[in-house]
Amino acid sequence: MDKLKQFFARSSILAGISGVAHAEYGLNLPVGVTETSQAVYGLHMQILWVCIIIACVVFGAMIWSMVFHRKSQGAVAEQFHESMAAELVWTVVPFIILIVMAVPATKVLVDMHDVSEPDMSIKVTGYQWKWRYEYINEDIDFFSSLDAASNEARQVGSDIDPATVEHYLLNVDRPLVIPVGKKIRFLLTASDVIHSWWVPDFGWKKDAIPGFINEAWVKVDKPGVYRGQCAELCGRDHGFMPIVVEVKSTEDYAAWVQSQKSSAELTNSAVVETLPPQELKQQGKKVYQANCAACHQQKGEGVPGVFPAITASAVVTGEISKHIDLVMNGKPGTAMAAFKGQLSDLELAAVITYQRNSLGNKVGDAVQPTEIAALR
Amino acid sequence: MSTDNTYYVPHSAKWPIVGSIGMTLLLGGFAGQLNGSSMADNIMLVGLLVTIYMLFGWFGDVIEESESGAYNKAEDASFRIGMVWFIFSEVMFFAAFFGALYYIRVFSVPWLGGADSGAATHEFLWNSYEAIWPTNGPEAIGGEYQKMSAWGLPSINTLILLTSGVTVTVAHWGLVANKRKQLIWALAATVALGFIFVVLQAVEYGHGYHDLNLTMGSGVYGSTFYMLTGFHGFHVTVGAIMLAVVLVRSIKGHFTAEHHFAFEAAAWYWHFVDVVWLGLFIFVYWL
Amino acid sequence: MATATATHEEHHDHGPAKGLMRWVTTTNHKDIGTLYLLFALLMFMIGGAMAMVIRLELFQPGLQFVDPGFFNQMTTVHALVMIFGGVMPAFVGLANWMLPIMIGGPDMALPRMNNWSFWILPFAFAMLLSTFFMDGGAPAGGWTIYPPLVLQGGNGFPFMIFAIHMMGISSVMGAINVIVTILNMRAPGMTLMKMPLFVWTWFITAYLLIAVMPVLAGAVTMLLTDRFFDTSFFNAAGGGDPVLFQHIFWFFGHPEVYILILPAFGIVSAIIPTFARKPLFGYSSMVYATSSIAFLSFIVWAHHMFTVGLPLEGELFFMYATMLIAVPTGVKVFNWISTMWKGSMTFETPMLFSIGFVIMFTIGGFSGLMLAIAPADFQYHDTYFVVAHFHYVLVTGAVYSIMAAAYYWLPKWTGNMYNETMGKWHFWLSTISVNVLFFPQHFLGLAGMPRRIPDYSVQFAEFNMWSSLGGFAFGLSQVFFCYIVYKTIQGGEKATDQVWEGADGLEWELSSPPPYHSFTTPPKIK
Ligand code: HEA
Ligand code: HEA
Ligand code: HEC
Ligand code: CUA
Ligand SMILES: [Cu+2]
Repeated sequence: MDKLKQFFARSSILAGISGVAHAEYGLNLPVGVTETSQAVYGLHMQILWVCIIIACVVFGAMIWSMVFHRKSQGAVAEQFHESMAAELVWTVVPFIILIVMAVPATKVLVDMHDVSEPDMSIKVTGYQWKWRYEYINEDIDFFSSLDAASNEARQVGSDIDPATVEHYLLNVDRPLVIPVGKKIRFLLTASDVIHSWWVPDFGWKKDAIPGFINEAWVKVDKPGVYRGQCAELCGRDHGFMPIVVEVKSTEDYAAWVQSQKSSAELTNSAVVETLPPQELKQQGKKVYQANCAACHQQKGEGVPGVFPAITASAVVTGEISKHIDLVMNGKPGTAMAAFKGQLSDLELAAVITYQRNSLGNKVGDAVQPTEIAALR
Repeated sequence: MSTDNTYYVPHSAKWPIVGSIGMTLLLGGFAGQLNGSSMADNIMLVGLLVTIYMLFGWFGDVIEESESGAYNKAEDASFRIGMVWFIFSEVMFFAAFFGALYYIRVFSVPWLGGADSGAATHEFLWNSYEAIWPTNGPEAIGGEYQKMSAWGLPSINTLILLTSGVTVTVAHWGLVANKRKQLIWALAATVALGFIFVVLQAVEYGHGYHDLNLTMGSGVYGSTFYMLTGFHGFHVTVGAIMLAVVLVRSIKGHFTAEHHFAFEAAAWYWHFVDVVWLGLFIFVYWL
Repeated sequence: MATATATHEEHHDHGPAKGLMRWVTTTNHKDIGTLYLLFALLMFMIGGAMAMVIRLELFQPGLQFVDPGFFNQMTTVHALVMIFGGVMPAFVGLANWMLPIMIGGPDMALPRMNNWSFWILPFAFAMLLSTFFMDGGAPAGGWTIYPPLVLQGGNGFPFMIFAIHMMGISSVMGAINVIVTILNMRAPGMTLMKMPLFVWTWFITAYLLIAVMPVLAGAVTMLLTDRFFDTSFFNAAGGGDPVLFQHIFWFFGHPEVYILILPAFGIVSAIIPTFARKPLFGYSSMVYATSSIAFLSFIVWAHHMFTVGLPLEGELFFMYATMLIAVPTGVKVFNWISTMWKGSMTFETPMLFSIGFVIMFTIGGFSGLMLAIAPADFQYHDTYFVVAHFHYVLVTGAVYSIMAAAYYWLPKWTGNMYNETMGKWHFWLSTISVNVLFFPQHFLGLAGMPRRIPDYSVQFAEFNMWSSLGGFAFGLSQVFFCYIVYKTIQGGEKATDQVWEGADGLEWELSSPPPYHSFTTPPKIK
């Protein structure tokens, strides 16, 4: 009952939000920040107006006859039922209108397909449910997933009002960063199921298909932060894998690249010594919540029939080498991905140790990052 | 014997509901079995028995009605038109698999190998993959295997099916010319050829699985190979059973020179199965 | 032999058998039609209930009621139930009732098979719905069941596949029956070009069904083997391609959406002339337009796949072909308007629903045309703009035509008039609420809301709230519809044989309700 009350209480707040909503998002397609998106917007408006004008004519004629040719007005039915001329007109005229529409559409489409001569390329890989960005020819490679604040608020029964979360569901932990005014080629693919990469302000979306690479390109005119979402149903958390792109000026971008490189070196050079199991477990918890809980659930209970429970799992409580192998290499043909490409040695060691000694399990052993490194 | 011209409408029928129950048990049981449930085999078996019971009962009724003269020209026409469209639906069913084969050979495999728009796919994902048909894909799913040659059993099978197409026509001539002997012997030959085909197909599968390591799991080559030939083999079996029933009825003295829809239906079906085989022989085995 | 002859004689004189078994074993086209219609109504309610769950969860941002996995199950099964359990059986029910009468035939051509076509459906849907109670729940990969996602399903997966097989078998048998009936059971003098348009549109629909349902069967069979028998049709590692499934699915799927609308065209072409008291304008061009739509429907499928990365030439071809469909569809719309033009119109409930159909279907058609522009579809695709499009053509198109048909022929079927005041209320409540329900979804889509998501960013809150409110109101209006139907079956003012002043066609020459066996001797066709 309380839940219901709250439900209605909140819906009255909605009216308040709506003012803000209008300011931020319109009723219409965004014009966007690329030449492509502007061309698409133009096409959209053009076809919209064509439809509206035809609608006025068609519905106008209908309403006219409904008003004037009704029995209660004393109308007497005529009996004509054929006219070659009329049929010809309303076959040919729409046909011509369509040709007129098709010409600019073709132009834009041809242009969108032209991925030649990019200034740089980024490989984008969809995972259930996060994105991975690899800068080709540059040592930058990271994952980007829903930010913690949204993630907390979006849990069923979290009791957090989404209106209080900034960019609710449209924010990520690590945005994609690209330079302004450069032609960037995206190489889109996926590791598990089909996803679709979409930032409305760029004017297109394109599917990320496992085993294939789709190409698309973008050249952004204006620095800023642009948001989008995964646009192809990809399972349980399809609604929760947003995209954020920060477009930076050339100098800021160069600085960002520099900072990425130095932090990458840091993690690589950080000599991983043997860690006490307690430490591993603590780190593992974080890794688990960020990477595994979406499927295996926060408390490790899983989803019957879809995602197995970690608690009391035969694999987890069995031989450790099998457990390590499963997590590192995944299980082909299922949603269980190979995590060795996604997580560092430390993270893998941590999450495995965590699973074995928490979430209701008490195996008592641990695995060290060095052992993982040896298995790679 | 009824001679009036009203269209025959059976006034009630229990077979459809029996058929639905049978189908549900059969498929439901199969689904359960795929999920690894232990009870499911029995359910499937019951479903199969119920379905067979339904087929016997239903066709039995129809044969009885037909022999009692309940069917006139109009009913006959209905059956004929119905059969033609049923075969068309089967054509479309095969079209789905042939379409898959076409797409795989003309698009997906070359793209994986870097042709046309697949350049990036090849460069970034499957760098060492060479697109040569037959293939089990960039990850060589199912391991090393050998291609099924077109010139052994398959070509013998082609001859068998083509011959059976001739014998069934000879049988038809016999029926129309009221030569019972010719009808029965030619039909018997057709049925025999049909079953020989199925047996040889089974031998070929054995060869594929045991000697060539060619399985359903051998990437797209294995998948398309077994899917297409498998469904075809299933249709041959069904067609041969249909012909066998017609044979038994012929021996019993059913059918007249003018009135033999069941014979023709089975024969049409047989020709359809034949034509599909030619498509298979060319696109699956040969090219 | 004697027994067969005896039953043969019997059926002239006897009405239906008594009791439950009458309905289970019936071979009478009217009984089977009734069964189909009642089944469809039940499925509409089940699918509608799932839609209500969807709208409830989307009423405001945040997850209040259901788990995201369950939400996806709702979306998926809502669509499967509505399309395969609601609209298609409703049309088959109408065909069963009306086709034999409209062409002056004694019954459907293959009566026993007719019974089977129907009696597969309850089992198929029991199987589909039972997946809700299995480990992993019902299918949750969308009604388009794309791999690899759908292959991740739980124990319900093979049951869903087989349920689809069964629905397909039922549809193909039903369609064969329709074609055979039309080709073989016409009264003497009922030439093809004299057939009512409902018969014509069903004829073409049946052709589409036979052509594409087996393709769907093939597609889901490959899903099954990919999951359980190690095949690699949709797996790049083995040389396959997930997109291959989409091609096969939409080769079925696009003709399928015309299967869902062509009979509706036929219904509206019967109703508008009646209430305009004027013959249908452009009969033969209607027939040709329907045929062209059917033909074109086979070569436009990839407009659902503009974003999968087709080669440029492919996208251009499918864009042009899709745009072309607007021409024959436009011919139909213009013909309906010309039929109304200079008529003498009255606005009983069937006419209201038909006019509602013409206007709102056209709106849906326009958004379809917008989607056909490939570069623009890069923005629209998989957003609520698409959801708005197809609900305009499906709900205010297909479902509206079914309701128009129900009001139009209910007096004929039951012998009782429905309550006209209530009917008008039902129309206006539905029409207002359905627009509140689906019109804002256009804006949501344009503003960037993806489809198939259980929760959304707050700027979409207001329109979703409106949409949900409209949804609840529309759902309630349909409960009211059930009440009206129930009342009419129970009793009411007796209907005349002619029922509608301007009605024309063989069905109106029979009594209301018609005798159990209608034209045992063929009527004379003028
Ligand atoms: C009854 C069902 C039905 C019908 C009739 C239609 C009709 C049309 N549809 Fe629709 N469609 C669906 C059901 C239907 N659709 C469904 C269910 C989906 C989504 C599936 C999914 O993804 O789940 C879909 C999706 C869909 C897409 C894919 C969108 C996407 O996912 O990105 C496209 C793209 O081209 C499209 C186009 C069209 C077109 C051009 C028509 C045309 O037939 C419309 C023609 C009609 C008119 C144009 C109006 C009348 C004409 C005139 C008055 C003449 C003059 C007009 C002009 C010259 C402009 N539809
Ligand atoms: C015919 C098909 C049909 C019908 C009728 C409906 C009806 C409704 N649909 Fe549905 N819908 C689809 C087909 C249909 N839908 C499809 C194909 C999808 C895509 C699924 C996917 O993404 O995979 C979809 C998805 C879909 C979504 C998007 C979900 C998502 O993306 O997550 C939403 C959200 O609002 C929605 C809402 C509704 C609502 C509120 C109704 C309401 O109109 C429901 C109200 C109740 C009724 C309309 C029933 C009453 C009808 C009668 C009583 C008729 C009379 C009958 C006889 C005389 C026999 N639908
Ligand atoms: C996208 C969903 C998903 C994510 C994310 C995921 N898993 Fe899994 N996991 C699965 C599925 C599905 C299986 C079952 C595979 C099978 O069929 O055997 C599984 C199985 C397992 C098993 C074996 C359980 C058993 O009893 O069979 C372990 C251990 C495991 N996962 C660990 C992890 C770890 C560690 C992570 C995070 C680093 C993780 N998983 C993330 C989906 C996922
Ligand atoms: Cu990823 Cu949807
Ligand atoms: Cu379509």
